[in-house]
Amino acid sequence: MICSRLTSACLPSLWIDRAAIHSPWLLPADASAHGPALDHHLLLNLWVALALLTLAHLILLIGLFARRHSEPTRLWRIEYLPLTVLALLFASLTLKAERLWAASRYTGASPTALQVEVTGVQFAWYFRYPGPDATFGITRPSLVAPGEGNPLGLDPSDPHSADDQVTSQLVLPANREVDLRLRAQDVIHGFSIPEMRLKQNAVPGQTIHLHFTPTTPGTYAILCTQLCGLGHYRMNATLLILPPNQFATWLAAKQKAAP
Amino acid sequence: MTPPFNTPPAHPHPTTVNIRTLRAVVFTTDHRVIGIQYLVLALISVVIGTLLSLLMRIHLVWPNWPLPLHGPILPEDYLALVTIHGTIMLFFVLTTAPQSGFGNLILPAQIGARTMAFPALNAASFWLTAAALVVLLGSTFVPGGAAISGWTAYPPLSAITSAGPGQALGMDLWLTSIALFAIASTASSINTLTTIIRNRCTGMTWERLPLTVWGWFTAALLSIIAFSVLLAAILLLLCDRHAGTSFFLPNGDLVNGILHKGGNGSPLLWLHLFWFFGHPEVYIAILPGMGLTSMLLANFSHRRVFTYRTMIATTLLIGFLGILLWGHHMFVAGLNPFASSAFSISTMAIALPAAAKVLSWLATTWRSRPSYKTPMLFALGFVSLFITGGLTGPILAQPILDEYLHNTFFVVAHFHLIMAMAGVFGLYAATYYWFPLLTATRNHPGRLLSEPLGHLHFWCTLLGAYAVFLPMHLTGLAGEPRHYAQLTGIPGPGGSLSPAGALLSHTLPLNQFITYAAIFLATAQLVFLFNLTHSLRKGKFASSNPWRATTLEWHPTMNPFTLLTASDTPEMSVHRAPCHYQSNKSEVSFLPQWEPIPLAQDEIEDATDTKPE
Repeated sequence: MICSRLTSACLPSLWIDRAAIHSPWLLPADASAHGPALDHHLLLNLWVALALLTLAHLILLIGLFARRHSEPTRLWRIEYLPLTVLALLFASLTLKAERLWAASRYTGASPTALQVEVTGVQFAWYFRYPGPDATFGITRPSLVAPGEGNPLGLDPSDPHSADDQVTSQLVLPANREVDLRLRAQDVIHGFSIPEMRLKQNAVPGQTIHLHFTPTTPGTYAILCTQLCGLGHYRMNATLLILPPNQFATWLAAKQKAAP
Repeated sequence: MTPPFNTPPAHPHPTTVNIRTLRAVVFTTDHRVIGIQYLVLALISVVIGTLLSLLMRIHLVWPNWPLPLHGPILPEDYLALVTIHGTIMLFFVLTTAPQSGFGNLILPAQIGARTMAFPALNAASFWLTAAALVVLLGSTFVPGGAAISGWTAYPPLSAITSAGPGQALGMDLWLTSIALFAIASTASSINTLTTIIRNRCTGMTWERLPLTVWGWFTAALLSIIAFSVLLAAILLLLCDRHAGTSFFLPNGDLVNGILHKGGNGSPLLWLHLFWFFGHPEVYIAILPGMGLTSMLLANFSHRRVFTYRTMIATTLLIGFLGILLWGHHMFVAGLNPFASSAFSISTMAIALPAAAKVLSWLATTWRSRPSYKTPMLFALGFVSLFITGGLTGPILAQPILDEYLHNTFFVVAHFHLIMAMAGVFGLYAATYYWFPLLTATRNHPGRLLSEPLGHLHFWCTLLGAYAVFLPMHLTGLAGEPRHYAQLTGIPGPGGSLSPAGALLSHTLPLNQFITYAAIFLATAQLVFLFNLTHSLRKGKFASSNPWRATTLEWHPTMNPFTLLTASDTPEMSVHRAPCHYQSNKSEVSFLPQWEPIPLAQDEIEDATDTKPE
């Protein structure tokens, strides 16, 4: 009680933020399936860094203030032993991080994952759903015409493109894996959803797959995190996570509205 | 017989400045004058770079503040500030000052050489660097504006002139500037390497080289490898911009309504080439500082450098590993995830030689009761900032964590603490330490910077550095991305209550604190500038070896501005590794490298790693 009162008295008001209440480190709320493990590992790393930081500074300060003593000589105790401990510590952190990285990136999404294409354009994100035929239509840069409602350059002569839905808001169902195909039309953009603990550059000329499972319904920010020109700071979009039944309704309405 | 270093001549020569002497100073091939020219260039650059960073900080928290004579800071202005700040600080301050500035001033003296190996090349390198700075500053005044692609200049943004503001003539000039700098830096590094390899005096074996020299040596090796790759990359990019090639442009790239058909290049190639340069670059900036810190801690603690040979090995190892880990900048850039794993491991590996260095520093000062002169304070500050900034390195080296932290202010905090702040602390330590050698002229001995002002400067700078950069870790963890010209009022699909707007405005109070701290930090540097200008004229005269140092630049005949003829050149020879101090309980005596071994101390061995207890 005293502690919380102290906190609210000493720290600026931002600390008592909706998201901050859930996290001592000001991490935004976490709404993805792989996020908690990532957060846990991040906090572990931060605590390790803080502990080593404190320890090193304590050694430095004690060493400076204690009375003079002959030169330290026992190499193994002050050189090799700490180095071994640090090597083991960093190796174990790396190992754990690699397992998490492998789990999210080494293999692709499951075949049943929801397919969505994300395209970065100066300065907007477009999202494309493949429609009932489950196949994305062909896009051609020469056909891109945002003013005519074809920002991705969908080729009308390709039958698969007829039922493709292009949106400016990413809508996803909760608790279903999503397989994102990330593309960029012009320059490199950084696709980032902090609350999904997700970040991946969209590189022109490449299609990069990214998969994750959102868990908590709500609205979340999609940012661009790779400098892409003067409008970089306002290149954002909204991610809307819906409960599965509502998502089905949304998708059906979207498809019905299509010509 | 050469007069001792600090003896003022009986009748000081009246100094007359005419065109001839001016020309002699400006187009000199004297490495010491060139060193000072580099330092003046770095000083001009650091003042400009700091003012730019203040404008950025002010704009972030008071976005409506109109810049005098300019008006409101527009998004492209903000990005130009970011780009020029990063470029000027990294190249013209952190690379130039330690490597070329102090390298030229001190390195030859420290190895017992009279000159650099190639004096004319040395002068040419300086003038190329100066030209690079002029081109860079000139690029801010051209139509279309200064480059706004950040110091990393990722294509296709930087490859297509119509990609937006700052990508036309401004970008060409930016590339030209960096190309000139790369040529200058390569030439200067060849000079450094040749000097160290060929011009060492008798007895200066590799194991007796001061660790500063090892820092310069490794940094020069890295410079040659890294800058040549950068130069190649810049030439390729210029070809993409003007010669119709597409090294970095994929087929069918559509920028601003203009379709680029052509070859099948990849922007990732630029990232590989750029970061193959970019990561070693940060070690080029920091290695001389690491070497100097080792020497200063030993000097002011009156101790040997703990594990001297290991320190040489770790310097080389950091250099070697430094060129193997560029890929950790590309974890989320579109690389194969297996490659990220490999780069993650090589990045983690470099934490060990770095930790070995920290352990040596801690052991060297451990219960040593050092004397707290200003250079020592800055060396201790270097250690502190190196630890604080370094410890977030392993965090960013893990791809899964980088997936969240990449391009957030957490990264900005990390590299500013370790490279910018520790790097600048190294430069301050060097300036306070070598000021007598900088200021000595033919007519009077060198001067010291004021100690009370130095202490004030140190404490304010240390406090300011932590106050600015520690909170940036928190704004980064909160999700604040880099390169955002605005944090509040960002128009989103949902109006002002868009999730992006909410996420970003979250960090605003902390950002206000950072801005106040940055203003304080910059203001504190006025103390240094005052100390510098005041002590240049009125500082205390230094004795020939004011810090009781053991390295050759403090040799009594090493008056750096006395031009010695060949016959005057003292027979310099070296008898031991640096930092030999002896202490019996009451008093500490020091054995400079040039002192022949006194008979009673015959048994003192050169080996510094294993001394029987």
